Amino acid sequence: MQVDERGYYGQFGGAFIPEMLYPNVEELRTTYRSIMERQSFKKEFDGLLKTFVGRPTPLYLASRLSEKYKAKVYLKREDLCHTGAHKVNNTVGQIILAKHLGKSKIIAETGAGQHGVATATVCALMGMECIVYMGKLDMERQKPNVERMKILGAAVIPSLSGSMTLKDATNEAMRHWISHPEDTHYIIGSVVGPHPYPDMVARFQSVISKEIRSQLTEEQGNPYPDYVIACVGGGSNAAGAFYHFVEEQHVNLIGVEAAGKGVDTGESAATTVLGKPGVLHGSKTLLMQTADGQVIEPYSISAGLDYPGIGPMHAHLFDVGRVRFLNATDEEAMNAGIALSRLEGIIPAIESAHAVAALDKLTFDTEDVVVINLSGRGDKDLETYIRWGKY
Amino acid sequence: MEVIDQKENRINALFKKNKKGLLSVYYTAGFPMRDDTVRIGKLLEASGADILEIGVPFSDPVADGSVIQASNKAALDNGMTLRLLLDQVSELRNRVKAPIILMGYFNPIFQFGVKAFCEAAAAAGVDGLIIPDLPLLEYQEMYKATFEANGLQNIFLISPTTSEERIRTIDSVSNGFIYAVSSSSTTGAKKDFSKDQRSYFERLQKMKLKNPLLIGFGISNREAFTAACKYSAGAIVGSAFISMLKKSDNMEEDIPEFVNALKNS
Repeated sequence: MQVDERGYYGQFGGAFIPEMLYPNVEELRTTYRSIMERQSFKKEFDGLLKTFVGRPTPLYLASRLSEKYKAKVYLKREDLCHTGAHKVNNTVGQIILAKHLGKSKIIAETGAGQHGVATATVCALMGMECIVYMGKLDMERQKPNVERMKILGAAVIPSLSGSMTLKDATNEAMRHWISHPEDTHYIIGSVVGPHPYPDMVARFQSVISKEIRSQLTEEQGNPYPDYVIACVGGGSNAAGAFYHFVEEQHVNLIGVEAAGKGVDTGESAATTVLGKPGVLHGSKTLLMQTADGQVIEPYSISAGLDYPGIGPMHAHLFDVGRVRFLNATDEEAMNAGIALSRLEGIIPAIESAHAVAALDKLTFDTEDVVVINLSGRGDKDLETYIRWGKY
Repeated sequence: MEVIDQKENRINALFKKNKKGLLSVYYTAGFPMRDDTVRIGKLLEASGADILEIGVPFSDPVADGSVIQASNKAALDNGMTLRLLLDQVSELRNRVKAPIILMGYFNPIFQFGVKAFCEAAAAAGVDGLIIPDLPLLEYQEMYKATFEANGLQNIFLISPTTSEERIRTIDSVSNGFIYAVSSSSTTGAKKDFSKDQRSYFERLQKMKLKNPLLIGFGISNREAFTAACKYSAGAIVGSAFISMLKKSDNMEEDIPEFVNALKNS
């Protein structure tokens, strides 16, 4: 999982940015590791994860789910994090980093609004000015999260360009950063973007697999599951859940992408199936695009998974076969979300329901220990569940 | 008329001949109509533009402001592709003598294949490339040899936040000119140059770089063009030209008028 000197994971990664962003990204690149090593940083980060975010999150043995799938199925309860998803692990880390860099303003992009809410939350906590770019279409689809950000004091700016979704919000945030290079830090929400973002965000999220290891050790005397399953849009929760297991070849790592209406329907977000190497938002990675190199707008019922690429580390882990990628359709994910609600009393975010849906696609031995990273809760998705209706 | 060495790049020849007041005009290929690329280039040269900077449309142009974004989208909706653009440039090359520079983001070129693209661009008569999201290091390590083998000059951007050391490095790698972005911003019209911008231009002037400078971003009128020319070999106009094209119903009149209003007395 280690990124090389030049910011690459194998053939993927790098920092493909306009020269105007070079000073900012270079400053981050040369300082992020040393700032994260500072005692004052660690103390504040660990302290906030504990008292503000509510970590460690439980590793819950889902017994009825285990019975159904004839394996020992654990849920890593990132849905219990403050703000309702794992996204806040990264925003807490980055805002402390921004303080160490002497920045006073924060910008972010958001799709479903979870990262926007997590960013607005930490900006309120630190008393920093916060601007969140969000596609106009997403603002209409995710109204409650827009209002949450506003209550928290953030300015939410609609992106009107392109398809008016996450990819365009990211473009707008980058343009804002180009125009405000001195006082502003850009908190990217996933393991995407120019180096060092993928590595930095993965490190902040790696607390997930660190906790899984110590919780499993307590449960069973060793830190190893047989499977770790996580959904992948950009891939931040998966990066965090896989991080401390990548070197352990006997742990099966499963990434689950959104197939949308089906990978062959033209309405999908399954990048490892449909993508080719390309360059977007500062890194070379797998990207859904036309033969002419224009980026294709992805589709998923889950706003958090409809991104046309995946983080460069995932592209690499896919390339070398370390992570096996599956995909789940809208229907499979919705059914899995409703099944989890009925079996365990947990309504998952639709993103996370994609990871749960993978249980139907795998064959386990009864002794197998399976950890599903339940990255977020379903409160934000109630309207989608209601519209889906089959419960 | 001066005879130009066939092997000398048109960009170098131009800067050798004219040290001051050069006008480079950016326009997006395939905008407003798909087949306007050749016509606009011809009209620009006939009106007195010195360099033609042709934009390669891309779905996600992060360094561009709203005007150029919209023209990129319109061009793609018109059915523009990189292959079609190279055909248009090839035709344009037979009609104009001015240097032709392609400005575009890396991904379409990467998909085409960098080597195949450089060969096709050179064959079409392209003289230089501006690829804002292709970083210096990547260029040097992976692509410089291919660009040079095809006689293509890679034009780098610098901005007010670029350090002196990095400007020196870019100067040493450049051959042609350096594109000095006038402010920390994306492309698009701004008000007059500020004090800070002027002192940045003066700082650049004093560095005595081996490459000439063209100043771009936010230049939309004669005052800004003249001011930019005071500190450099000339200036680049883009968004203002695109805005004019969008409104124009008679390019044969409007393009000469636009160029005249900027540079000719």
